[in-house]
Amino acid sequence: MINPYLIHPATIVEKIQEAEDIHTYRLRLNDEDARRNFRFTAGQFNMVYLFGVGEVAISIVSDPDEPERLDHTIRAVGRVTSAIGQLRAGDTVGIRGPFGQGWPLEDAHGHDIVIATGGLGCAPVVGAIEYIFRRRREYGSVKIIHGVKTPRDLLYHERFETWRRQPDTEVLLASDRPDETWRYHVGVVTELFERVPINAAKTLVLMCGPEIMMRLGVPILMGRGIPATAVYVSLERHMECGIGLCGHCQMGPYFLCKDGPVMRYDRVEPWLGRTGV
Amino acid sequence: MAPETRGILPLADLQRLLDTLHIRGYRIAGPTVRDGAVMWETISQISDLPIGWRDHQEPGRYRLEQTGSAEIFGVVHGPQSLKPFAFAPREPLLQIKRAQGGFSAHPELPEPEKVAVIGARACDLAGLAIQDQIFLNSSYQDPYYAVRREELFVIAVNCTRALPTCFCASMDTGPRAKNGFDLALTEIDNQLVLEAGSEAGSDLLSALSLPLASHNVIGEAAARVEACARSQVRRLDHTRLPQALYDAYEHPRWDDVAARCLACANCTMVCPTCFCHTVEETPDLTGQQTEHARLWDSCFTQEHGYIHGKNVRPTIKDRYRMWITHKLASWIDQFGTSGCVGCGRCITWCPVGIDLTEELPALLASDGRQSAKSTSGNT
Repeated sequence: MINPYLIHPATIVEKIQEAEDIHTYRLRLNDEDARRNFRFTAGQFNMVYLFGVGEVAISIVSDPDEPERLDHTIRAVGRVTSAIGQLRAGDTVGIRGPFGQGWPLEDAHGHDIVIATGGLGCAPVVGAIEYIFRRRREYGSVKIIHGVKTPRDLLYHERFETWRRQPDTEVLLASDRPDETWRYHVGVVTELFERVPINAAKTLVLMCGPEIMMRLGVPILMGRGIPATAVYVSLERHMECGIGLCGHCQMGPYFLCKDGPVMRYDRVEPWLGRTGV
Repeated sequence: MAPETRGILPLADLQRLLDTLHIRGYRIAGPTVRDGAVMWETISQISDLPIGWRDHQEPGRYRLEQTGSAEIFGVVHGPQSLKPFAFAPREPLLQIKRAQGGFSAHPELPEPEKVAVIGARACDLAGLAIQDQIFLNSSYQDPYYAVRREELFVIAVNCTRALPTCFCASMDTGPRAKNGFDLALTEIDNQLVLEAGSEAGSDLLSALSLPLASHNVIGEAAARVEACARSQVRRLDHTRLPQALYDAYEHPRWDDVAARCLACANCTMVCPTCFCHTVEETPDLTGQQTEHARLWDSCFTQEHGYIHGKNVRPTIKDRYRMWITHKLASWIDQFGTSGCVGCGRCITWCPVGIDLTEELPALLASDGRQSAKSTSGNT
């Protein structure tokens, strides 16, 4: 019987600053077998462990085609993530994973893709974007829509610029509290959902970010003809085990660590509108 | 069940059964009186068992009474179900040691131990079956649970007396032990009718070479268990679940029950099926080694719904709703069965006597006011 609780040591190869309290940690599993056998799909997550402190669920933001390199973008906000924030390149953390269901990228072949994100919620789709651009011809047009409060909250600057230069690709950014340098849309991100050009019949939407954005944003897209079954959202709940046993990540009948974090919108729609569930 | 799998044993000869289990290498756990309640303890003698004791249970109340009789299994149950035997309240998962350039993690599986539990009730068997499904038949198997479960020998006792808090009959889980046991006993008139429910149970039964139970005695035992079922005053109508409870999300009754609930988590601790757990990290004083252990958690704690700086279930109302909606509704979607086995422990051990057999009909009442007082059966 495989022990799903076993933690594998991994070395921080690089620590990249994304914002004041946000870093991307490039991890490499120490054990050669573990490293070679590690496979993940975009949208899955790892439990990242710090010795003597504990574990935290973090999505893998790097390219699934390079599974020996595991990037995790972490904001120092809680007990474990603040302690991880103190680490430097060369230090050791632990990894358990990958867990959960990622984005349905194979089913998305031939579709136009709308990627709609907000805040740090952009992290779980980064791997999906990389995956799509490696197979650019298998997909239709790509629209990347991302909203932030202030321009300072915009992570992955360079990546957005790289993505913008890809064929048949548009990057649309929104800030509702811009400064004088902001050259993009001023307002909340859901306003872009109303005006982004789409071919509703062949579009698949990948969305993550605050639940309020999903609750307000998905109906806008649905109003434009995209069915709820063509919208996928990545959801967040407290996750401790990653294997559907600890009970914390429930949303209605789902264990989001196991049935999600990526869920088809029509399945979770009844629960998203409810507070306190 | 074939006749050779049944036997009859005078109460005084129960010791032979205990001795046979000992010889076969089992540690025997049985109900014992401790601190005013019945708890599982390691036993070796009949005299360790709660002879002559009976339990009285009502919402928010548990009392033991010594009747002076020779009855051995007169206490229906204490706060513990079978849950702690396989899903340990605290289970070390890993020992993690600092090593050259980092750390190394070592699984710490429990030592396999042959444990025979005597005195489990039908509701407890149902609870164990549900936990088996969660920990052994889900997408991931839990190796720690598996080790503890592997050599658990379960001796059930059929109930011939229902507590006012019992409602297993309405949940189809009791009071007769139907499956999931190795041996089942029915205590009647200073004798025990034994029934084997597994190969290991049959084997033990033959080793005891008991006289066969007569049809009359078997019939009498069955009749008493039947009567116990009929005497239950509480019931839970789960026919409209799960959907009716999902639909009751905004029912005003949640505010009503939240005003009484203390969020103490007792109901989840005594529940035979609640499986939430958390992980704690305990570094030793040298900082060179740390223990990664899981322990029972409860959806009533503040931390349960925590995500980066906020709580998705901040109020007691949210948490009570989470508990009962999970237990009675979403459990069905997740595992194909209700998460409630009708043991009534959550009613008894709730310090303010919240009774889910009263709350559910109130929550499903369309007029939004408390209804179906008749289901509370508080005599």
